[in-house]
Amino acid sequence: MKLKLNAEIAKKLLIARWRQTLVAAVGVTFSITMFITLLSFMTGLNDLLDNLILNRTPHINLYNDIRPSQNMPADLSIEFKNYHNFISSVKVKNRDADIYNNNAIIKTLKSDNRIKGIAPKVITQVFFNTGQSVIAGVINGIDVEAEKNLFFFDDYITKGKSIDLKNISNSIILGKGLADKLLANIGDIIYISTTQGETFSLKLVGIFQSGLHDFDKTQSFASLSTVQKILKKPANYITDIQIKLFDVNKAPAMAKEFNKTFETDAEDIQTANAQFETGSFIRTIIAYSVGITLLIVAGFGIYNILNMMIYEKMDSIAILKATGFAGRDVKNIFIMIAVWIGLFGGTLGLIFGFLLSSVIDQIPFNTAALPTIKTFPINYNPYFYIIGSVFSLITTYFAGYFPARKASKIDPVIIIRGK
Amino acid sequence: MTKTILEAQNITKYFHDPVTTKVLNNINFKIDKGEFVSIVGKSGCGKSTLLYILSTMDTDYEGDVIIDKQSMKNKKEKQLASVRNEKIGFVFQFHYLLNEFSVIENVMLPGLKLGKHTREEVESRALQKLKMLEIDKLALKKANKISGGEKQRVAIARALINDPLIIMGDEPTGNLDKKNSSIVFDIFKKLSDEYNQTLLIVTHDQGFAQNTNRTIIMEDGKIINHG
Repeated sequence: MKLKLNAEIAKKLLIARWRQTLVAAVGVTFSITMFITLLSFMTGLNDLLDNLILNRTPHINLYNDIRPSQNMPADLSIEFKNYHNFISSVKVKNRDADIYNNNAIIKTLKSDNRIKGIAPKVITQVFFNTGQSVIAGVINGIDVEAEKNLFFFDDYITKGKSIDLKNISNSIILGKGLADKLLANIGDIIYISTTQGETFSLKLVGIFQSGLHDFDKTQSFASLSTVQKILKKPANYITDIQIKLFDVNKAPAMAKEFNKTFETDAEDIQTANAQFETGSFIRTIIAYSVGITLLIVAGFGIYNILNMMIYEKMDSIAILKATGFAGRDVKNIFIMIAVWIGLFGGTLGLIFGFLLSSVIDQIPFNTAALPTIKTFPINYNPYFYIIGSVFSLITTYFAGYFPARKASKIDPVIIIRGK
Repeated sequence: MTKTILEAQNITKYFHDPVTTKVLNNINFKIDKGEFVSIVGKSGCGKSTLLYILSTMDTDYEGDVIIDKQSMKNKKEKQLASVRNEKIGFVFQFHYLLNEFSVIENVMLPGLKLGKHTREEVESRALQKLKMLEIDKLALKKANKISGGEKQRVAIARALINDPLIIMGDEPTGNLDKKNSSIVFDIFKKLSDEYNQTLLIVTHDQGFAQNTNRTIIMEDGKIINHG
């Protein structure tokens, strides 16, 4: 009953000064709109940049690094067990880069329910021959289907079709930079030679553009079996097993686990790409601080308008107090006014924010580095809308609180006697 | 036996700005139920200051105010507000109506605040008070759309809405012309005679004071005649 009466008075005061109220609400609307748009746009761009790398990076990569043996014969010998052994000029072992027993490993991984999928790979260095000159590059033997499903391989194919790698034997897809250097077009025959000196000819079926120039200048893709054939290796020769998880945050722990169980090297995405995490974290902080500054500025707008309203309404406050309204009632009335402005302005702000970000979403954005992106990226995360509404209520509450407290302390005697 | 409604006990008050001066010096008096009392005195004699202390709005004084057998000393702001709401009706020199509200809503506000009756009851009571003051036809008009004399009558209706023990007035006719002044006075007289309403009015209008039951005369912060 009491609260309802206060609400009724607050409503009347609001409507009586609807122009002022509107100005205050527009301030909130503007700031929430910008907050939502800014965050959606900034995080959209952020995700785009991150995905440029992260989409194509396995969450965990299993491989065998070329390195010296961990256990030197001198350490193993019983005779020298209690000695410090110093061995100089240690060399790496002569062994292949493939993963031992990879069939069993793949089988185990496929039954692990934390894993979304796996893609085996054979990576080797080759030379591309063009006329008299030789260009060093890398050829990746991939399982096309798995690569498409897990690492969005198709998104980066600008010419040709990725599935042709599988359908056409002895075929290859070149990075754009590499193809330009070789002056190669789809259908052309590419000559390569391996580090062992063998020469092969492969048919170009596609051009690949990742957005990372250096990457496109050296990388090429062929099917698993093609690369195994080039290397003269059997069909179970695999150098990398790429794993994609359901929960990327589990990667570091699982990498350690696989390192132990399978006795291979295991690198998680967080270790491999630490700089991306830092970069996107800092960009997000910038976006939030700009957004929150906007909201605080809107808060000052409400504060000013309520302060003015209180000076105008001194008489009303005095008579309300004289006729039995306590300081607390007066405070509640003005806080209610502020919160209503916040609610009204904030709701409009959420709607306009959504509309503005949809408009940005339609603006064409073509860049050579990002072949699959046609418009500006927008992240429609509901989380931003929740933060926006909560924060608009909090700022308007505080913007209302201080003037309201002042109103509650007005001494009616001073006002009434002053007339 | 007559019932004492309001009692001032040894009230002394100082103003501290710009220099400390004693404005009220040991004031003692009582008002019984049904009395129509006026306080007169020269400007600056402290009569309004006394009224605001008695009204519980001013709490910076020495001594005590007893309203309806209750001491007002040591009461909290919220408790004083509810005493004002329930037991005191105010009429000031200026009407202090809320322009955002209609006439009847202005009258109803203190009644709604009291919360003793439902909204409908408060509304019918408000209408009844307006009728008594012959301004019921203005009920639905906005408060800023009526004349000065009418506004003061609305203010009186507002003072009456909770059937207060006492009505306090601070120069209620000070801003009105002769005709409206006499209307307001007649209303007070009628309230006193017909409804046995207790009234305490501060005025410098000699004619007004002479027609009340009792006139308290003040000079330099002291009562020199209890009437």
